[in-house]
Amino acid sequence: MSKEKIKKMRDIPFERLLASGTAMCAGCGALEALHQIYDILGKNTVFVNAAGCMTLLSVYPFTPFRGSWLYTSMASAPAAAQGIRDALDILIEKKRIKPKDNMQVVVLAGDGSSYGMGLSAASAAIERNLDFIYICYDNEGYGNTGQQYSDATPHAARTSTSKSLTGFQYYKKDIFAIWAAHKPAYAATIIGSDPLDLAKKVEKAKNMKGAKLILALSPCPTGWTFHSNETVKIGKLAVETGIWPLKEYADGKIVHTKIPRERKPVEEYLKIQGRFKHLFEPQRNDKLIAEIQNEVDKYWGHYNH
Amino acid sequence: MKRKLLTGNAAAAWGARLANVDYVPAFPITPQTEIIETLAGWFDEGALKGRFVTLDSEHSMVTAAASAAVTGVRVFSATSSQGLLYASEMLYAVSGYRVPWVLVNVSRGLSSPVTLEADHNDIFALRDSGFLQLHASTCQEALDMVLMAYQIAEDVRVRLPVIVNIDGFYLSFTREPVEIPDENKAREFIGEFDAHNISFRANVPLSHASAVLQGSIYSYFRYEHHLAAIQAISVFNESAEKFEKMFNRSYALIESYMADGADYVFIMIGSFATKAKEAVDMLREAGSLTGLLRLRMFRPFPEEEMKKLLKGKKAAAVIDQNLAPGKGGVIYTETAAALCNEKEAPFLISYIGGLGGRDITAEEFYEIEKEMRKAAETKKPPMARLLFSEAELEAVRKLQGIAGVEKKNEQRKN
Ligand SMILES: Cc1ncc(C[n+]2csc(CCOP(=O)(O)OP(=O)(O)O)c2C)c(N)n1
Ligand code: SF4
Ligand SMILES: [Mg+2]
Repeated sequence: MSKEKIKKMRDIPFERLLASGTAMCAGCGALEALHQIYDILGKNTVFVNAAGCMTLLSVYPFTPFRGSWLYTSMASAPAAAQGIRDALDILIEKKRIKPKDNMQVVVLAGDGSSYGMGLSAASAAIERNLDFIYICYDNEGYGNTGQQYSDATPHAARTSTSKSLTGFQYYKKDIFAIWAAHKPAYAATIIGSDPLDLAKKVEKAKNMKGAKLILALSPCPTGWTFHSNETVKIGKLAVETGIWPLKEYADGKIVHTKIPRERKPVEEYLKIQGRFKHLFEPQRNDKLIAEIQNEVDKYWGHYNH
Repeated sequence: MKRKLLTGNAAAAWGARLANVDYVPAFPITPQTEIIETLAGWFDEGALKGRFVTLDSEHSMVTAAASAAVTGVRVFSATSSQGLLYASEMLYAVSGYRVPWVLVNVSRGLSSPVTLEADHNDIFALRDSGFLQLHASTCQEALDMVLMAYQIAEDVRVRLPVIVNIDGFYLSFTREPVEIPDENKAREFIGEFDAHNISFRANVPLSHASAVLQGSIYSYFRYEHHLAAIQAISVFNESAEKFEKMFNRSYALIESYMADGADYVFIMIGSFATKAKEAVDMLREAGSLTGLLRLRMFRPFPEEEMKKLLKGKKAAAVIDQNLAPGKGGVIYTETAAALCNEKEAPFLISYIGGLGGRDITAEEFYEIEKEMRKAAETKKPPMARLLFSEAELEAVRKLQGIAGVEKKNEQRKN
């Protein structure tokens, strides 16, 4: 019998373990995902945080977590996960603590950290098959410092450091593929606007040993410039346009968990975000819109859906 | 207790073994690598129980070390020069975690140019990191300082990580007879690891190293850190007393060699101080009242002790094996600051020597002694000196000839 209990929406725990009243912006897509993740992972967790927006979740003397938290640095959260995991294992082996004192070690890092500065530490941790969950909330930029472009910024997006009419020149790095190439125990993409898909994947990760990635696209009203009541809508459009494929990696295979039958045009996702406004105003930039559409078509073309 | 010929690296590794460390995160770098290889071997054969793990960098290594210490195990690690600086963001960060653990640094000059040989620019670059610093000058001390470092770090009044510094090559690869303390006695000396109020356990939630949003809260924690570091002076003395009772070797914050009653003193740190001792012996034979003060602790800086030991001296020569470009020697600067309000302070002269493992010769020590005398007589200390001989200059000129420096200068002019 499988360990997974979540099959339908009503199976999802809704305890709201993560307290409210944090310093995150209204409508923060990262917090939206984290609330749901935390309800499944529970309080026997130690969150190891890399510098970023989520660092301000725990501001002395407050914390929204029922469990533990350690702030590290932008580049080395996975190394802290290693130190804590090893120390807990040693303490249990030497019978200095009881098995019931054990905890799940969870990294909480942004895209800037996960796609860039922290990648060496993460790669090494996966390679050692460290038993931990890595949550990357991907708001597609260095959010905490004012949304400059990062390795996760999508093509043509306007950021504080790509303000021209063509926006960001390059393309988003495929961190999921980089993780998958390491053959970790598990890797999955999620989004806060699809609670059931999210819950199933987080539950799966929770019950597995080894390195597990939960990669959450995190619509960010402040950095992407949209109204805070549109986070869910934008999240849904990211999936429906095929821009954010929901998928998982396990046992050497990548499986899409939600395949948009008829993909909506990317325009629908782009035009409601301020960071892509220059593609439509003052003049429509058909070339750039087509470039973005082509990337998405090319991706799904590989899967012949 | 047994006596063995050990390198400084092996002696430091023995210190960690006798401290019965649980966890060693590591990363290789010359001239330190022998330490981690030795420890890896002991974990493999079961002489040490726990884990040895190689991280992807020293930045990660220090993060893993400190996080394990926060979780509640006894941790040891080692690095050198570029590795220490690569880790420096985390060294500053994790000293504020206020958990004890010990890091050995095997001093090596920093690039550029890249070198493998010793000087103290690496360790002094971390002087304000919040780690305490103990400096060994023999292989025996490398072992003993690691043991004492654990006791000091884990004392409730301190609760700070400690770096034990040994010099690359001169200590790391030099074999000396070392007394290895008896295992049980060493354990009795250090005691069981006690995590006190910091550890990660299910059902005992702890938020550690959280952000602060106000200068006053930040200042409070930084002041606490500083005051705890200063406590390490008396804790060191207590630890040294206990150490002497158990192992018959006595360690002061500042080693005083023939300095009592001397008119002139050399002030040094690290293994080159043994060269100064030989020079002192010769100078004494020649009738000069010269001695040596060698700092064993650099952080906290033993200011009161330094003042006391220098009181009434006519002149003191600080020989720094480091160079802060545009300023000079680090120990000179700190010693001068300690003396600035003293009435009977000696003239202080600054010398830079031993960079990148460059030797300091007996003749140079004698020359320095002469300059101290002259400073006292004329009441005019000379400006800071960079030790370098004519023969060395000639040799460098030859190399420059091979490198075509002159030719390039000519070409540029034309
Ligand atoms: C070594 C280092 N460099 C730069 C910073 C400044 N900094 C803090 S948060 C941040 C952005 C992190 O981006 P990301 O990981 O995407 O997280 P987000 O801010 O978007 O939540 C930066 C650059 C830092 N804390 N440490
Ligand atoms: S900037 Fe974006 S990611 Fe950061 S807290 Fe605000 S909404 Fe969330
Ligand atoms: Mg980001």
